[in-house]
Amino acid sequence: MEWEFKKGVPIYMQIIEKMEMDLLSGKYKPGDKLPSVRDMAMEAGVNPNTMQKAFSEMERSGLIYTERTAGRFVTTDHGRISALKSELSVKYLDELFETLHSLGFTDSEILSAVKEKCEGEE
Amino acid sequence: MALLELRQVSKRYGNKSALDCVDLQLEEGRIVGLLGPNGSGKTTLIKLANGLLRTSNGAILIDGKEPSPETKSIVSYLPDKDSLPDWMKVDDIINYYVDFFADFDVDRAKEMLGSLNIDSKMKLGKMSKGTREKVRLILAMARKSKIYFLDEPIAGVDPAARDYILKTIISNYEPNALVIISTHLIADVENVLDEAVFLREGHVVLHQNVQELIEEKGKSLDGYFREVFAC
Repeated sequence: MEWEFKKGVPIYMQIIEKMEMDLLSGKYKPGDKLPSVRDMAMEAGVNPNTMQKAFSEMERSGLIYTERTAGRFVTTDHGRISALKSELSVKYLDELFETLHSLGFTDSEILSAVKEKCEGEE
Repeated sequence: MALLELRQVSKRYGNKSALDCVDLQLEEGRIVGLLGPNGSGKTTLIKLANGLLRTSNGAILIDGKEPSPETKSIVSYLPDKDSLPDWMKVDDIINYYVDFFADFDVDRAKEMLGSLNIDSKMKLGKMSKGTREKVRLILAMARKSKIYFLDEPIAGVDPAARDYILKTIISNYEPNALVIISTHLIADVENVLDEAVFLREGHVVLHQNVQELIEEKGKSLDGYFREVFAC
């Protein structure tokens, strides 16, 4: 998949965001080995140190782990992955509310709009 | 210790000052963008480091030593102007580089040529400008150097070739090397840079980690550059 970056947002954050989506969508499965920093950097067209920084952050947050000689792997802790799922859902809901509030919607209006949408899809 | 160090470096051409009391230290393992408008001193700085010009004042140190044949053996330099002879074939120029540079990796050069579908039997004079640029970059990146100076490596090639050139740089520099890329095409290089050095009228006006700068200013390096150098 092509990597595309937004302007004005640090690249390592965007890499983490994309990797998190890839983990949840199943592109990378628990226990999968990740490509090397350099290969990933080349694929994404970014500086290897930036890719390294993204990996280090993800390691710190427990999404991936390093085995000293074998490389980097996706966590096998399913609890961690479902926690990520709820973290992201909170984040996207926050963004949605922020946008709708700035358009002048109240919480109850948002709620009824969401209900309407769900019913429309059923 | 810094791989490249400038101490109070000034360079004047007649009474025109090209660099004025520049202090700069660049460490190994980084890709650094030397950025600034035309005439800000980028090429002068690179030529001083390569011993093609001498400082009017101050000292420039490569791995602790003044520019000399010894420092040239650890520095790979892609000049802004193409001076390769038209009559040479790619193979000829590779042999020429092998004679000059003990750290030139023929296999790596051939691999890069192959992946770009460049025919090594072709004369340089018969090539398009973009292909020549790629050959020049391959020659510079096929050395296992401590410092790479790339003066405008992506000017004059199309966007697809730019991407390829940047990927070639990322995947071929030695991990502990210092890569210095001079350009005014900032949007194209900002994702590959560790640090940015902004030059204006011979002064360093900014030297910062690029990701930190983006986080701090909330805008792209290109956007910030346009703001700093707005006319």
